[in-house]
Amino acid sequence: MSAMEIEREVNRSQMQVSDKVAIEIKDMNKWYGSFHVLRDVNLTVYEGERIVIAGPSGSGKSTLIRCINRLEEHQSGQIVVDGTELSSDLKNVDKVRSEVGMVFQHFNLFPHLTILENCTLAPIWVRKIPRKEAEETAMHFLEKVKIPEQANKYPGQLSGGQQQRVAIARSLCMKPRIMLFDEPTSALDPEMIKEVLDTMIELAEEGMTMLVVTHEMGFAQQVANRVIFMDAGQIVEQNEPTEFFNNPQSERTKLFLSQIL
Amino acid sequence: MNDLSFVRTEMLPERDPPPSTTGVIGWLRKNMFDGVWNTLLTIASIGLIVWVLGHILPWIWSPTWNAGSLDQCREIVGASGKASGACWGVIHERWPQMLYGFYPAELRLRPTLAFFLLFIALIPVLFNMISRRMNWFLLALVLFVATFFTASSALMIVVQIVLAAAVLYIGYTLVANSGSDRAEQIAAGARRLPNPLIFTALYVFLMPWLLWGGTIWTPVGAALGFVIGWLVFRLLAPVLGTLTAIILAFAAPVLWWLLLNGLFASAMHAILPFGLEPVESRQFGGLLLSVTIGVTAIAVSLPMGIVLALGRQSDLVIVKSLSVIFIEFIRGVPLITLLFVASVLLNIFLPPGTDFDIILRVIIMATVFASAYMAEVIRGGLAALPKGQYEAADALGLDYWKAQRLIIMPQALKISIPGIVSTFIGLFKDTTLVSIIGLLDPVGLSNSIRADTNWNGIVWELYGFIALLFFIFTFSMSRYSMYLERRLRTDHR
Ligand SMILES: Nc1ncnc2c1ncn2[C@@H]1O[C@H](COP(=O)(O)OP(=O)(O)OP(=O)(O)O)[C@@H](O)[C@H]1O
Ligand SMILES: [Mg+2]
Repeated sequence: MSAMEIEREVNRSQMQVSDKVAIEIKDMNKWYGSFHVLRDVNLTVYEGERIVIAGPSGSGKSTLIRCINRLEEHQSGQIVVDGTELSSDLKNVDKVRSEVGMVFQHFNLFPHLTILENCTLAPIWVRKIPRKEAEETAMHFLEKVKIPEQANKYPGQLSGGQQQRVAIARSLCMKPRIMLFDEPTSALDPEMIKEVLDTMIELAEEGMTMLVVTHEMGFAQQVANRVIFMDAGQIVEQNEPTEFFNNPQSERTKLFLSQIL
Repeated sequence: MNDLSFVRTEMLPERDPPPSTTGVIGWLRKNMFDGVWNTLLTIASIGLIVWVLGHILPWIWSPTWNAGSLDQCREIVGASGKASGACWGVIHERWPQMLYGFYPAELRLRPTLAFFLLFIALIPVLFNMISRRMNWFLLALVLFVATFFTASSALMIVVQIVLAAAVLYIGYTLVANSGSDRAEQIAAGARRLPNPLIFTALYVFLMPWLLWGGTIWTPVGAALGFVIGWLVFRLLAPVLGTLTAIILAFAAPVLWWLLLNGLFASAMHAILPFGLEPVESRQFGGLLLSVTIGVTAIAVSLPMGIVLALGRQSDLVIVKSLSVIFIEFIRGVPLITLLFVASVLLNIFLPPGTDFDIILRVIIMATVFASAYMAEVIRGGLAALPKGQYEAADALGLDYWKAQRLIIMPQALKISIPGIVSTFIGLFKDTTLVSIIGLLDPVGLSNSIRADTNWNGIVWELYGFIALLFFIFTFSMSRYSMYLERRLRTDHR
C-alpha cells in the first residue's frame, strides 16, 4: 500500500448514499489551448458519496475536480452542481463556489491572516455572517480538526499537517454541501498524512459528499464507496473499491495498480 | 574490548560564553579586527574618516551665525585665523524663506499648523500601536497650542477654553486608564472615542484650505464631490453593474468639481461668508512647496498605482491596453518634460482665461509620473504571489474586488513596501525639479538668494541646508518602511 494503512475502524453508520444528485457532469470536454485534457467525461455524484479519483500523473484528475467549482472553465458539455448549471454567468459560479469547499495540495492558507481570520473571512464577507457568530463557528471547526489552541497564530507558524487541517476547517466554515480534495496529503510527511486522513474520515463519517484525488489507496479502500480511474483525460474504469482493487478490468488499471500497490 | 555504552548521570549547568566572544571586546574582535587584512582595513577606514572629519568639522564650526553678508563672514573667519569657514549668516537670515518662500509672514501659522496636523492625520494610517485617545489628545493639543499664535478675539478665547477642556479631559482619561486593559473596558461597555480616521479624511479638505485660504465652501464643495461619487456608485451599481458604476462614480464628481463647485462655493459664500485670507500659488515656496507637492503626489500616486497595476493585469482588453499605454508612455518620458508641459503647453491648449493653478498642474504631473512607477512596483508584488492565493479566494466564493481587497492587495503591497517607499523617496526628491519651471522650491530659492549681492558666491551652506532638510524627510520614510516590514512579518514569529 502506498503510504499507510488506516488503523481504526471506520464507522459507516452515517455514510449513506442518497439517490439525490449532487453533481451531474454530461459529455464534458476541456482543452488547454489545442491540448484536449478532458474528453467526454460523464459522471453523476449522489449526495453522501465518497469518490476517490485515481490515475497517473497528467491524466486530468486535478483539472476535472477544478472544473466542478470552475477554477477551470470547460468548453463543451454540462456541469450541474446542486441544481445550478456552471456557465459564464458569474452569479451561478459564485453560488456554486459558496456551496462547494475545496482543499488544495499546498493548503493555500492566507499567510497574512491568523488561523481564526482565515476561517472567518469568507463567512463574514461572502455569507455576511456577523463576526462573532463566524468566530464561534470557526472555533467549532478548529476544535473538530483538533487545533483550537492555534487559532491566533499565523499559518507560517504551523506544521504542514496542521496547516492542511486548518484548510479543511476553513472550507467547512462555509458549511459546504460538497467537498473537493486535490491531493490533500501529497505535500506532507507520513506522520502528518495520518492526522489529515483522520480528519477526512471523520468528515466522511458525518455523511459529507466528497470527491478526493489521492494516491492513498488505504483511504480509498476503507472510506470510498466508488473509485474512479482516469487516464489521458478519460474515465477508464469505475467501481466500488473492493472490486476495483481485487478485480480490475482494463489493462491500464491493472498496470497502474501493479505500480502503486 | 571497548565499552561503547554511555549514560549521562549528571546534567551540565548552563555556562556563560567565553568573555572574548561577547560584549564590546567580542564585538570588536568579530567585526573589526578579524584577521590581519580586516585589521588593516579597519585602521585605514578610521584614518580616512578622521581625515575627512578633520577637514569638514572646522569648516562647519564657524561663528558666523550673525553675519549679514558674505564679506562680514570673511572678516569673522579671517579674524579667527582660519583659512576657510562656513558662512551661516545666510541660513540665519533666510531660513524662514527657505521654509515658506514668499508666503505672507503674518499667515505662516497656517502652513505650520497644516504641517503638524499632517502628522496627526497620518498617525492612524501609519501606526497601529497608538490609541484613539492619544490621537485625539494630540489633535486637541496641537490646535490648542496653535490658538496662542492667533490674534486674540472673543471667539478665540471661547475656542481656547473649549480646546483646553478637551486636552485636560482626554489627557486625564489617558492617565487614569493607562494601567487597565482598554479592550476589556470596551467589552464592558466603556465609551469609545470616534475613529481618528475621521480627522484624516477631513484633513484632505482642511489642508488646501489652510494653505490657500479662501472661502470655507470650496473645500466643503470638494468633499461634496466625493459624496456625489459615492451616491452615484450606490444607486447605479445594482442597475448598471460594478464596472460601469465605478466609471460613472469617477466621472460625476470630476464634472461637479470642474463645472459646479465654483458656483456652489460662491453662492454659499454669499449666504454664509466664512473664510481665510487667500494666498496665491506663486507666493508658495521653499520646503512648504516641496512638502505640498510631495505629500499630495505621494498620497494620490499609491491608490492610482494600485488601480493601474490591476488594470494592467485585467482580462478586459480595453482596460488592459489603456493601462499599459499610460504606464509605458509616462515611464518613457522624463519628469522634466512633463513639468514643462504643465507649465507651458497646458496654457496653450486650455481655453484662454481658464485659471488652472500652477501648483495643481505640477502636482498632477508629479502624481501621474509617480503612479506609473508605482504601478510597476505593485505589479511586481502581484506577480510574486502564488497562484494558489487567487485560487483559494475564488474557491471560497470571494468575488474579484473582495479577493483583491482582502487577500491579494494586502500581501502584494507588503511585498512591495521597499519598492513603494523608494518611489516615494524618489518622488519627494524630484519635487526640486520644479525650480526649472520657475517655482521657488528650496533649490530655486537658493539660486535667487545667491543673486542677492550680500550672498553672492555662497554655495555649500545653502545646498548643505537643503540636503539636510530633505534628508530628514527621506530618512524618516526609509526608517518607517523598515518598521512597517517588521510589523507585518507574520512568518515564524
Ligand atoms: N494551465 C495549464 N495549461 C496547459 N496545460 C495544462 C495546464 N494545467 C494542466 N495542464 C496539462 O493538463 C494535463 C492534466 O493536468 P492535471 O493537473 O489535471 O493532471 P493530474 O491528473 O492532476 O496530474 P498530477 O497527478 O500530476 O497532479 C497535464 O498534461 C498538464 O500538463
Ligand atoms: Mg493534480
